[in-house]
Amino acid sequence: MKSLLHSRKIAPYVFIAPFLISVALFMAYPIASAIVMSFQEIVPGSETFVGLKNYKALNNSHFFAAVSNSLRYTFWTLVVLIPLPLVLAVWLNAKFMVAKNFFRSALFVPSLTSIVVGGAIFRLVFGELPEAPMNKLLSLFGVEPRNWMGGAATGMLLMVLLATWRWLGVNIVYFLSGLQSIPQELYEAAEIDGAGPLQKFLRITVPMLKPVTVYVLTISIYGGLAMFTESYVFWGVNSPNDIGLTIVGYLYKEGLVFFNLGFGAAIGITLLVGVLVINLIQLTLSGQFRRED
Amino acid sequence: MLRSKRFSLLALITALLAALALSGCGGGGASGGADNGGSTGTETGTGTSSGDGPSSGGDATVLTFWTFNAIHQEFYEAAAERWNAANPDRQIKLEATTYPYQDMHNNLLLAVQSGVGAPDMADIEISKFANFLKGTPQLEPLNDIVDPVIDKLIKSRLDIYSKDGTVYGLPTHAGAAVMYYNTELLGQAGVNPDGIKTWADFFEAGQKVKAATGKVMTTVETSDQWTFWPMIVQRGSDFLDQDGNVILDNDINIEVLQFLRSMVDEGIAVATPGGNHHAEEYYGFMAQGNAAAVSMPIWYMGRFLEYMPDLKGKIAIRPLPAWEAGGKRSAGMGGTGTVVTTQAKDKQLAKDFLAYVKLSEEGNIKIWTELGFDPPRWDVWDSPEVKAPNKFSDYFGDGIFDMLLEIRNEIDSPTTSELTPLASDLVKTSVMFRALEEKSATPEQALKEAADELRGR
Repeated sequence: MKSLLHSRKIAPYVFIAPFLISVALFMAYPIASAIVMSFQEIVPGSETFVGLKNYKALNNSHFFAAVSNSLRYTFWTLVVLIPLPLVLAVWLNAKFMVAKNFFRSALFVPSLTSIVVGGAIFRLVFGELPEAPMNKLLSLFGVEPRNWMGGAATGMLLMVLLATWRWLGVNIVYFLSGLQSIPQELYEAAEIDGAGPLQKFLRITVPMLKPVTVYVLTISIYGGLAMFTESYVFWGVNSPNDIGLTIVGYLYKEGLVFFNLGFGAAIGITLLVGVLVINLIQLTLSGQFRRED
Repeated sequence: MLRSKRFSLLALITALLAALALSGCGGGGASGGADNGGSTGTETGTGTSSGDGPSSGGDATVLTFWTFNAIHQEFYEAAAERWNAANPDRQIKLEATTYPYQDMHNNLLLAVQSGVGAPDMADIEISKFANFLKGTPQLEPLNDIVDPVIDKLIKSRLDIYSKDGTVYGLPTHAGAAVMYYNTELLGQAGVNPDGIKTWADFFEAGQKVKAATGKVMTTVETSDQWTFWPMIVQRGSDFLDQDGNVILDNDINIEVLQFLRSMVDEGIAVATPGGNHHAEEYYGFMAQGNAAAVSMPIWYMGRFLEYMPDLKGKIAIRPLPAWEAGGKRSAGMGGTGTVVTTQAKDKQLAKDFLAYVKLSEEGNIKIWTELGFDPPRWDVWDSPEVKAPNKFSDYFGDGIFDMLLEIRNEIDSPTTSELTPLASDLVKTSVMFRALEEKSATPEQALKEAADELRGR
């Protein structure tokens, strides 16, 4: 018994057991059963295999609208949520910056807020009546009041704005931690060589932050394609003309609102494969799989 | 030292990972809180509160009950206390739980589907009910408790919770669609609400209101169905027919939607601010006297009391205008069906208790006095308890139930079948919005496209 407890062979497995068990229980098993379900038609009392029927049913306008919305949303969050936090992190890290800690916490607070609460406030600010705060503000500049949640472009703008408000601080933290690891000597050497601030930023900061940037890019792609809440808080599951429908929103709607669990599973598996492929391409292009010599 | 540090780090990481995995799983449903645009009709889901019903003797049978509305929970708990007082030999201990709207229906579906974990009884909102009727319903037939009183119930309210002649759910209210008029605005235009008998009269009155006050006659929902649905049910039409065939694009429906469109084009009606009559924007709009009428079911009364207190004494409730003289003047809209699941441990007791709560005369009176809904049993509508003054008669004046009795044979309900959730979803997200707000399609095009999609299913 004692030898078992002190065994060097067994100890590592004991230590990784909690992780393995939780992955098996909460990841592997659900994924496996989702794959099975995606080939089934499930109604109370019976489950029948229907072959590829669920996947064929993906050929409909709602699914395409969902894919298009998710892709565009992902694109816009990448465009905003990588450069902006990078620049802000550099400022927050700079020597001349005043009240650093205040700004750091102010920018981080939204990510601690419930997105449902944040969304409710956004919805009120961007109300459609002329008296709603944003319409009122814009009217000072002579802009006509608009129905923000009723149009495809403004609807997308709202979702990206909410995501920016919410995730900016988190990405800033990633970049800040990356900045701490850049050796100060590099900047000193560059200064001696006569480099200006812009050159230092482009030639030292940006390349040295590449590992962090790749990480942020990877999770942002996944996060963007799997987005649900930012749309749900504005429209629930019913957005006019599907302007807020995302892939996960469609999964939720078909799977739980209409109770087509098999079809919902097929949407989920499709999303999984799609995200996997996109992430693999992106990681390969950014050189993550190159052997380190 | 180093070792223990390493160990605690490992433990921390493990705990974190487990938490991550768990939170990943819960992410989807967790945000349920808001019910979708208030389309539930009667109720808004609010947080959890676990009640352990009335405390009673040691050998009481435990009945578990799920609902999505805290007011319903209180209603059932009060009923359990009365039941225990009246049935000393069949004591029950009601364990009622209120979950957020979306969560409750999801959990119940999965529990019913997997065969474990369902409560003895549950409230199911009408737009979710069809999901539970798919395949072999895992719900108890209730015909034996309904049959003795069936001629006193608004029959159509049972049909919506039935499949192939078997009743699986008991209605909470009649849900009669009515018109709420702002008498102050109408007065300024010299219009008497009692003179509005048909939709043509309504249109004409709208022109007068617009000319005299510059305000609109009414608002039409563009992200919900409570404006359009009663109007087509009034004329005997629906989204789907009795056999579940798609009739969404029939001539009647096109005509009705065309009528709504013409009101919008004429400036007599506007798309509801916020899209539906449960939006914050709308409450403000209506409360400030910007529209002279709104068509909503009786259960909407509570929203006036809660969100538009300033209109007290200015709102008159009348039947819907008919389509032609002698036509039907209402329709049964929305609702919550209470069911007994096949997983119930003491099915007979659950059914008897349910009958006591929802089918007895006493229970139906409480539905009005405690919940403020029009009870599904019309024979209590003229009972003294129902006619006694309360906060609703203070707000809307007397005679609510005299009006309802007058139209009690005109309250048809929509049909419910497997395609109903999808049909109503298309009406909410596409048809109304495109035909009335965006005006990117004619009523005919919008209905045809939605109907074709339904037929493709």
